[in-house]
Amino acid sequence: MDIKNTVIGIIAEQAVLEPNDVKMDSTLESLGIDSLGLVESIFAIEEAFDITVPFNANDPSESDFDISSVASIVAGIEKLVKEQS
Amino acid sequence: MNRVVITGAGTINALGHNVPQTLEAMREGQCGIGPLEFRDVDRLAITIGGQVKGFEAEGRFNRQQIALYDRFTQFTLEAAKEAIGQSGLEFVGDLAARSGVVFGTAGGGVSTWDDNYRAVYEEGKNRVHPFVVPKLMNNSAASHVSMEYNLKGPSFTVSTACASSNHAMAQAFMMVRSGMAPAMVTGGSESMLCFGGVKAWEGLRVMSRDACRPFSANRNGMVQGEGAGVFVFEELEHAKKRGAEILAEVIGYSMSSDASDIVMPSKQGAARAISGAMKDAGVNPEQVGYINAHGTGTAANDKTECAAVADAFGPHADNLMISSTKSMHGHLIGGTGAVELLACIMALRDGVIAPTIGYEEPDPECALDAVPNVARETKVEVALSNAFAFGGLNAVLALRKAP
Repeated sequence: MDIKNTVIGIIAEQAVLEPNDVKMDSTLESLGIDSLGLVESIFAIEEAFDITVPFNANDPSESDFDISSVASIVAGIEKLVKEQS
Repeated sequence: MNRVVITGAGTINALGHNVPQTLEAMREGQCGIGPLEFRDVDRLAITIGGQVKGFEAEGRFNRQQIALYDRFTQFTLEAAKEAIGQSGLEFVGDLAARSGVVFGTAGGGVSTWDDNYRAVYEEGKNRVHPFVVPKLMNNSAASHVSMEYNLKGPSFTVSTACASSNHAMAQAFMMVRSGMAPAMVTGGSESMLCFGGVKAWEGLRVMSRDACRPFSANRNGMVQGEGAGVFVFEELEHAKKRGAEILAEVIGYSMSSDASDIVMPSKQGAARAISGAMKDAGVNPEQVGYINAHGTGTAANDKTECAAVADAFGPHADNLMISSTKSMHGHLIGGTGAVELLACIMALRDGVIAPTIGYEEPDPECALDAVPNVARETKVEVALSNAFAFGGLNAVLALRKAP
């Protein structure tokens, strides 16, 4: 499974955008994804890859999972898929 | 308008199986949160909670009752027994006809849903017990209390997530104040600590894995609790005439809706409810000495709540005490306001302010006196109890020392 395209597809669906409009340097904020949208996206990602993403909405910065851009999310998921497969 | 007093209190929660045990634990700053014990807990990411331990339905209720009482109803009945027993009221004649029951719960019989879904989906059974519906319905606790104590007046259940109990007690208060009812049994109950109940909360990613630390900079989420709190609200002259012991006076309330977001709290909505309760009670901000906070221990609630208190109180915000007893008993969701009202009664009657335990680091965004870790002895004239629910529905109660 192409991790990058799958993650982008999930984020695009959440943002109600075409996958082409989601750039690697986009931030969730710039895509209009709020905290609920983020939690839903992470759920969809976990389901797609059958992994557990360590994310606590109370303190995203401490969650050892970088959500600052689409690129960082993709990198984080690639790492988790490798670790948890 | 009639004055409304509290003449009975009862509870069961992670800190104690009655009011004296619970208040003692609050005074001592004890933590009732620990490892959860129930089926399939190993499949959860969140494995702590304020679970009621040592509570066996067998021995308290007969077999037929157990078939009809979900755990949240069992908790309610035990708390109601203590509260109504303390009040000394016997509901007969006109008193029975006009007095009712209003309780709050968010989920009702969650473990009954859980057990029976498991039976039909996981175990493949095609038959469930005939009493599943009357056992799980949100009003079953209110109905069983009304049957047990002959309460025939206005009775119903309020469900506004984490504000359910406060909304329920506001209804009961209004009924007694207006003269509609001479007395009301009120409060709330919750029992969501089962696999499905905790699994649902896990999904929101707002739960802590280690502790509930309200207002502390290193807080990392809420911890669920379970239990019930029940009170007898009675018209002052009615209580005086029969020489009842008065625990505290309920003097006002306010309810508001944020009308903004389904989960994120709003400072304006909370502040309007706080100010509204003081206005309804006819008190100035300077008279309020203690607030039992909603204080969930989430990043969002605690900073929003502190900002709302600062807005509603102005400079006096720095003089009052605001503690969250959820740090000790966990978040009882629809039952939480009822158990937390006990901390207000303790502040007003005993002059003891329950602490916020687990407080480790000051947070500049929560720069109020959270009564960290150790209870405090001081006199308080007026106390508020905050509840701000998911869905943006807020309810704040105002209480005064017994007249």
